[in-house]
Amino acid sequence: MNANPYLPDMATIVEVIQETHNIKTFRIVINNEERMKEFSFMPGQVGQLSVFGVGESTFVINSSPTRKDYLQFSVMRVGEVTTRLHQLQPGDQIGVRAPLGNSFPVEDLKGKNIVFVGGGIGMAPLRTLFTYMLDNRKDYGDITLLYGARSPADLTYKAELPEWTERKDVNTVLTIDNPSEGWEHKVGLIPNVLLEINPSPKNTVAITCGPPIMIKFTLQALKKLGFEDENILTTLEKRMKCGVGICGRCNIGTKYVCMDGPVFTYAQLKELPSEL
Amino acid sequence: MERFITKENLIRLAEELTATCRVLAPVASCGTVTFRRFLPGMVLDMHSRMAAVSPKAATFPQTETLLTVKREIPEKKPEITETLPEGKNVVIGCRPCGARGKLIFNPVYETDKTKDPYYIQRRDNTVFISLACDRPETTCFCHSVGSGPADPQGSDVLLTLVGEGYVARSVTPAGEEVMKSALFADAGDKGKEADAKNVRARELMGEAHDYASAPAKLLARFDDMDFWQAQSAKCISCGACTYMCPTCYCFNITDDDLGLESRRIRSWDNCMSHTFTLEGSGHNPRPTKAHRLKNRVGHKFSYYPDLHKGVIACCGCGRCIKQCPAGVDIRQIVNAAQEYSE
Repeated sequence: MNANPYLPDMATIVEVIQETHNIKTFRIVINNEERMKEFSFMPGQVGQLSVFGVGESTFVINSSPTRKDYLQFSVMRVGEVTTRLHQLQPGDQIGVRAPLGNSFPVEDLKGKNIVFVGGGIGMAPLRTLFTYMLDNRKDYGDITLLYGARSPADLTYKAELPEWTERKDVNTVLTIDNPSEGWEHKVGLIPNVLLEINPSPKNTVAITCGPPIMIKFTLQALKKLGFEDENILTTLEKRMKCGVGICGRCNIGTKYVCMDGPVFTYAQLKELPSEL
Repeated sequence: MERFITKENLIRLAEELTATCRVLAPVASCGTVTFRRFLPGMVLDMHSRMAAVSPKAATFPQTETLLTVKREIPEKKPEITETLPEGKNVVIGCRPCGARGKLIFNPVYETDKTKDPYYIQRRDNTVFISLACDRPETTCFCHSVGSGPADPQGSDVLLTLVGEGYVARSVTPAGEEVMKSALFADAGDKGKEADAKNVRARELMGEAHDYASAPAKLLARFDDMDFWQAQSAKCISCGACTYMCPTCYCFNITDDDLGLESRRIRSWDNCMSHTFTLEGSGHNPRPTKAHRLKNRVGHKFSYYPDLHKGVIACCGCGRCIKQCPAGVDIRQIVNAAQEYSE
């Protein structure tokens, strides 16, 4: 971050990947070589991407700090900034203010079994930590990834899914909501498939992100499986502007999602006023 | 430092200061007193009533440009320039509450982690010459939020009206610097008269309300939406309360596209607006005015005090009460939460 927290670094888009009909992944490189080299962050942290003349929006950095050729952001087209971002091509210039917020407790998770439960675009923040753990595989116990979307066409990171499902050192389970021709993986809603996989809560931390309705039922499923609130992690999304705890819109009571979050344990969330 | 300055000389001081500073002073226009850029020859209105809008804009303008971006071909070669503020400001004739209001910004805009250079430059280069109040309005409650009608906190010079002039007391070195002007004279024994006036002004306000239980009591009512719906029934979500408030510091950042150039602008935002927290997905964590008023009151009287040493994020100026077109009174809401029992 710059001393002026509102001043973005200029960055060049080096690659654009069309993930689904409305999600694109952008790989960017900060123009200032020194800053790109020094750029350090941890999985779970977010950044603000600027399209000048249009505005700025918050996205999670979904490339792992262990792979530093570029910074990766996945963007769903929903509003003005994201629509303009979707029109950009490799070589185009954008602004980036990052890293912002807290991160997943990668040190505390060492030696634990990990169950990732991702739904739709909610896979983005999990991808960062998942890739980080693959790159530090020996530090973590059994790793299970349950990733679901409405249909095969709605799955992001398709280029990586074969590797994830074929690796022997992780258990990757993919699911879609309804049967689809040629689909060789699970069919069913994420919480139901999670119960079917039946992961043991022993020495295990569950990490989930997805649409609110999915989170709600996933939390119920995790509780049913015996997971303690402290061992369930999630990452929140709020409308943000400054990203540095000043502008005043992302608070839940006394906590600011941009500074105190976006990563919270379920136990922490229960302590907060109910304003998700 | 204690000096005396006549009313005439205060105007001369304001005029002299315009040579080196932007001077903001209360000026009456169309029946409303607001802080305007003061230029020699203009008439000050310091005594009729408290300015409708606080002097917040001196340190936190309603709209300011954070960055400008030049781009010959869109997105190809943008050049970013920071547009940090420059120069010095003097606010003359604000009330102590308006000067104190800006202190609420400090622990948010300047922390170990983050420093807001725009705010900090203005704060450090603005001198507040405040006027102690001698008669409270019915909407005033500064005495209940840790302040009072002659509170020097946030001011650099505090004036107290005595006869045909003011007893001036420096509060900060910057204030002392201003008071070195030859327009100030020896105060003689007028200080005693000023003290008596200030004591009298405080007495006129009556007993202070105790907000000590407010943080916990407001949190206890968080999920009681019947309570918040009743409290917000009159509110029309116009946001006048937020714009008039000396302590409201929330802002929006937007881009203004001017073709070959764009500007990134920061503007006062309004937490009473539906779009304040509206997310891209369409989800809104504060979907109704009841949720939004709850957050506004909660922030000032519960969350902020919990985070910042018990300080209430309200300076008690009463502008939100006076300017509300629907008669919402923040004091009544907090009182209701405090008095509520299961």
